[in-house]
Amino acid sequence: MGGVEVLTILVFAVFVGFEVVSKVSSILHTPLMSGANAIHGIILVGAITVAGQAEDGWVLALALLAVVLATANLVGGFVVTDRMLEMFRGRRPAPGAKEDAR
Amino acid sequence: MTASAPLLDPTWTALLYLAAAVCFILALKGLSSPKHARRGNLVGALGAAIALVTVFLSSRLANIPWILAAIAVGAAIAAPVARRVKMTQMPQLVALFNGVGGGAAALVALLELPHAGAPEDGWVRLAIVFTLLVGAVSFAGSAVTFAKLQELMTTRPVTFLGLPVLMGAVLLAALAAAGAVVATGSVPLAVVLLALGLLAGVLLVLPVGGADVPIVISLLNAFTGLAVAASGLVLGNVLLVVAGTLVGASGTILTRLMAAAMGRSVVHIMFGAFRGGSTAG
Repeated sequence: MGGVEVLTILVFAVFVGFEVVSKVSSILHTPLMSGANAIHGIILVGAITVAGQAEDGWVLALALLAVVLATANLVGGFVVTDRMLEMFRGRRPAPGAKEDAR
Repeated sequence: MTASAPLLDPTWTALLYLAAAVCFILALKGLSSPKHARRGNLVGALGAAIALVTVFLSSRLANIPWILAAIAVGAAIAAPVARRVKMTQMPQLVALFNGVGGGAAALVALLELPHAGAPEDGWVRLAIVFTLLVGAVSFAGSAVTFAKLQELMTTRPVTFLGLPVLMGAVLLAALAAAGAVVATGSVPLAVVLLALGLLAGVLLVLPVGGADVPIVISLLNAFTGLAVAASGLVLGNVLLVVAGTLVGASGTILTRLMAAAMGRSVVHIMFGAFRGGSTAG
């Protein structure tokens, strides 16, 4: 794909990114940050691509390290966001009931 | 090499990546509203699953057993930690996950450098040095925020005489190294750039006080997004460009919103201690 086409997509993505979160309420700041954090774990696709083309040992080793790190970002990110939102919802019907988490 | 022929042609690959990108947009949109937040997160995970299946079906990959094993290891480490973490420790876990994502992006860029050989690949090398530098800053910066939140180190702003000068020198050296990597494609110089990026990440976060750390995590999260977008340019993968840019843009806005909710400005948080004024700690 040509450079200008990719640049076009990139600029559109900037505007979409600005737009989708511009009206978030402050209670959702942390879960939203955590969810966005999980989404950039998609670098896993890049790490898999590099590992799948690796021909010598040390390139493969570093690429596999990238796969491990990216998977931790992706899987851990979505799980921890779900935990946050679960707690956040569970706290509403019974205020204070789960406040002893500390 | 036991790479088999890809099952998906480029059109189907592009369409599936588009579906994944739409899932990510819907995820961010869902996460912005209290009613749909949890479903939004699941839609994001669905998008990631679609993208993962697509990459395995669409490219001629070698080393597949190794890759699957590495994915299993990463998931086996991260999922239980994420499931068991105490609520009060969630911010540092997010910082940790953000940091490893930045580290993964930097590694991907480093490994792609030898493939960006031709002189007309100058802009690819530019994207590589950007990913290396920003990914390294995000990795090291996130490590320091983790240490601060986990109270492995003082949560007070850490400053010392000459910190601004040192930071300036590191950034200048990083720019010089980046220019040299773009010009020569040298891998050893890229490793030097990586090291300078790590140092810059540490120096950037040290002067930030404990109360401001969540805002810095959000900023570093946006940084990792940008690094992932640049790695998408390097690999010619539109999904990485879109997902990374989405996170970079929404993360920037979110950082400003978070700072505003605390009555602080991002510039003040990042550079307040440099100017001698204290940041909240």
